[in-house]
Amino acid sequence: MDNDSSTPTAAGPVPAKQHIRKMPVNWWLKKPAYLRYMVREITCLFVGGYAMFLLMLAARLDKPEAFETLLASPLAIGLQWVALPFAIYHSVTWFNLTPKVLVIWRGEDKLPGFLIAGAHYAGWLAVSAGLVYFAMSGGTDG
Amino acid sequence: MARSNEPAFWSLFSAGGMVAAFLFPAAIFITAYMVPAGKIEADNLRMVMSHPISRLLLVAMISLPLFHWAHRFRFVLVDLGIKGFKLPIAILFYGTAVGSTICAAYLLLV
Repeated sequence: MDNDSSTPTAAGPVPAKQHIRKMPVNWWLKKPAYLRYMVREITCLFVGGYAMFLLMLAARLDKPEAFETLLASPLAIGLQWVALPFAIYHSVTWFNLTPKVLVIWRGEDKLPGFLIAGAHYAGWLAVSAGLVYFAMSGGTDG
Repeated sequence: MARSNEPAFWSLFSAGGMVAAFLFPAAIFITAYMVPAGKIEADNLRMVMSHPISRLLLVAMISLPLFHWAHRFRFVLVDLGIKGFKLPIAILFYGTAVGSTICAAYLLLV
């Protein structure tokens, strides 16, 4: 993040003399790259929404029927199916950025970005499999 | 340079982004497909989720992604041309994340 005071950020007021060019509200529709950026940012709505759904499940942990009813709700299932591609898009864009955030030096050389992103992808696969296995572990036969 | 709370919020944004990136697609797969399709019984999932380790994990999976949402969505609004109301929006969004965190901790850990 740059802290250049000429860059307007959410953190502080814009200096009075600064000229701000008017941006059309639909600027992000003008180029595919802008659209991909906006979709990436919008994934946060679905990430936050699913966190809220987990909170609703947490509130029903001691109420077996309410817990089951919520999971069986067509509205909840439908919204989750909409959220799933956005959640996956969040993961992909997030891991693709990891080489920019996490720079690892081996002596004089930077570890190549694809190795860092690749390690995250491998971790994602392992964690996902682990979570599914863990969720199934409560089964009557296991 | 003016003091800023930005680093603290960015850390939470980043932690929430990590938690969601690693866990949410699989979690949605479980709750939106495996349970409705009968691969996992709802009651079994409820018992797995009631385990002390799951409870800790769930607090993290509720709290941190909401801070991620709060931080990112503030800037989405700016990107969409809503430049005013910065403080009330920040209070509303981060307040939602803080409130949900307290709720989750109370429901799952107390």
